[in-house]
Amino acid sequence: MAVMSFFHNPHRFMAGSKWPAWGFTLLGVVLIVVGFGIGFFRTPEDFQQDERARMMFVHVPAMWLCMFSYAFMVGASFISFVWRHALADVAAKSAAPIGAVFTAIGLMTGSIWGYTTWGTWWEWGDARLVSVLILFFIFLGYIAVWQAMETPQKAARAAAILCLVGAVNIPIIHFSVEWFASLHQQSTFMTTDNKTTAEFKIPMYLAALGYLALFGGVTLLNMRAEIMKTRADILLQRRQAAD
Amino acid sequence: MSASFSVFVRELKLAWSGGGGAALPVGFFAASASMTPFAVGAETEALQTAGPGVMWIALALSSLLPMERLFQADLEDGTLDAYAGSGVGMEGIALAKTLAHWIATGIPLAILSPVLWIMLQGAPEQSGLIFLASLVGSLAFFFFGSIGAALAAGMRRGGLLIALVTLPLYVPTMIFGAATLDAAANGADWAGALMLTASASLFGIATAPFGAAMALRTAID
Amino acid sequence: MTGAGASSVTLAVENLAAARGLRVLFEGLNFSLSAGESLELRGANGSGKSTLLRILAGLTRQHAGEVRYSGAGPGAGEEAGRHFLGHLDAVKPSETAIEQARFWARYFGRPVAEADAAMKRVGLSSRNAVPGRGLSAGQKRRLALTRLLIEPRPVWLLDEPTAALDTEGRTLVGQLVAEHRARGGMVIAAVHGEGFAGSRVLDISELKAKAGRT
Repeated sequence: MAVMSFFHNPHRFMAGSKWPAWGFTLLGVVLIVVGFGIGFFRTPEDFQQDERARMMFVHVPAMWLCMFSYAFMVGASFISFVWRHALADVAAKSAAPIGAVFTAIGLMTGSIWGYTTWGTWWEWGDARLVSVLILFFIFLGYIAVWQAMETPQKAARAAAILCLVGAVNIPIIHFSVEWFASLHQQSTFMTTDNKTTAEFKIPMYLAALGYLALFGGVTLLNMRAEIMKTRADILLQRRQAAD
Repeated sequence: MSASFSVFVRELKLAWSGGGGAALPVGFFAASASMTPFAVGAETEALQTAGPGVMWIALALSSLLPMERLFQADLEDGTLDAYAGSGVGMEGIALAKTLAHWIATGIPLAILSPVLWIMLQGAPEQSGLIFLASLVGSLAFFFFGSIGAALAAGMRRGGLLIALVTLPLYVPTMIFGAATLDAAANGADWAGALMLTASASLFGIATAPFGAAMALRTAID
Repeated sequence: MTGAGASSVTLAVENLAAARGLRVLFEGLNFSLSAGESLELRGANGSGKSTLLRILAGLTRQHAGEVRYSGAGPGAGEEAGRHFLGHLDAVKPSETAIEQARFWARYFGRPVAEADAAMKRVGLSSRNAVPGRGLSAGQKRRLALTRLLIEPRPVWLLDEPTAALDTEGRTLVGQLVAEHRARGGMVIAAVHGEGFAGSRVLDISELKAKAGRT
């Protein structure tokens, strides 16, 4: 008996995703530990004559991953909207909280970095930081929309619309903030110098790969939980209908 | 087109006859801008510094107020079903309704804003410019708001969500509009900022009805 | 009222399935209907009658299957002219009854006189100047019915059209449906209780029971 197209056939997904879900999660944790370990303890201290540069091992990959998670959600939303593939909805929904956490980590570490470097906790002239803050609000709105709609199909479509609208919005915000910064002439001390050495890059890339694997693993775990929850709901409804 | 135009005319009439739809947002605009001296101090200098920005935030929030009911009433009483069931595009309906509500509420907000400007110790010579900037800015706020309004129409607790969904869309207009007012206050060149505000509203008019229509089709589904 | 007379619309529904949330309302629904016919949808509350009508009106997307309108004449074909009267009457509380009817005339690009004639036909002309909030449930329903008369369209999709109507009102709906069919129109209506003369009947509950067994 047919119940919602994708619950028809999530068997292949459920069977194929079990080990990758845990595998990627574990791999992510290992890579992050190794990456941070090298970054914190092995990279020479005198890099940029600064201990605080080590913040970059946490911050930069988090910023990358917050962009990546949103791009992933935009892709999934697009697939969901055009082809109405319900697995895409579940993927976007499952990725959102993880993306939001990376965004929060990126913002917090960015703020701490800003304080140690420029003596200010928050710099409104920095277009990247401000765009990511707005992105964080979009993540929150996205998660809230999923919870506010009455049926999962409606929620999926409303959330997909919001995600696509946000994708158009973010570059415009970036441009606006840059223009805003040029107006207030605050961006002069915002120059980041790119004296990054290989020693510095390796732990950063390791951490980034770790974040990515963790993102993939936890997203898969979330998706599996979501599908199992829906299956349970369906069974419950069927049992009630049978009574 | 005749269908959308008739909806536009109807919405205008409803907004005016239904006990003054503009009264609440206009009152909110005046009241919230009047809070400024209590928060930043009544000194002329302090008001001149903070005034333009606070006014612009007040304008944005006042434009957000009517959004909750923009599509919700039509959804609840079945009017949206009747529109959609008659085969008329939702884009035209969204455009007509948003434009009508802007005329009914946005223009009164813009008319009020030079008064608040002068109250906040702005130069009276700039009143015309302030009116123009508020006119253009509220147009952008209404159109970007219509996307949030359409998304929230079919939701429980839609009113709370609408702000979270819509405010990120307000950021560019917020920056450009406040910059226009700021330039006006400091006697700087405001033309560029005003043009950017205008381009934000044009972008909103051109794109928001499509987003709102998608969301409305989801709401009636 | 000329438009509907010349058309001969047909409707084919193939293997249609609908779901609400996680619940399947019906599946494997097949039927076809030609010009001049009417179909009564029957079934318990929550069996999916309203959802079926909304799918036929193009408001709700089906879970599976196809809905095809075809035929010759004005208002036929893929985008066949349809009227959807849901269980909500789309009556605005602050507008007077006649203003609302006239709005729909303008909306459909019809002469305003059509609205006045329709108000007379549904027996509401004595309430012309009353705002929507002053109308009873039955009067609101009658006001909604004027949409059918203002703009002639071949397909009528009616969700419990006689709900809240008095005996006279029910007779009126029966007459309107009969006249519409005589002109070559098609009517699909969800009904409880008394149906329309000479109508085919489709019970959705039975369909679901069958689907449940297989």
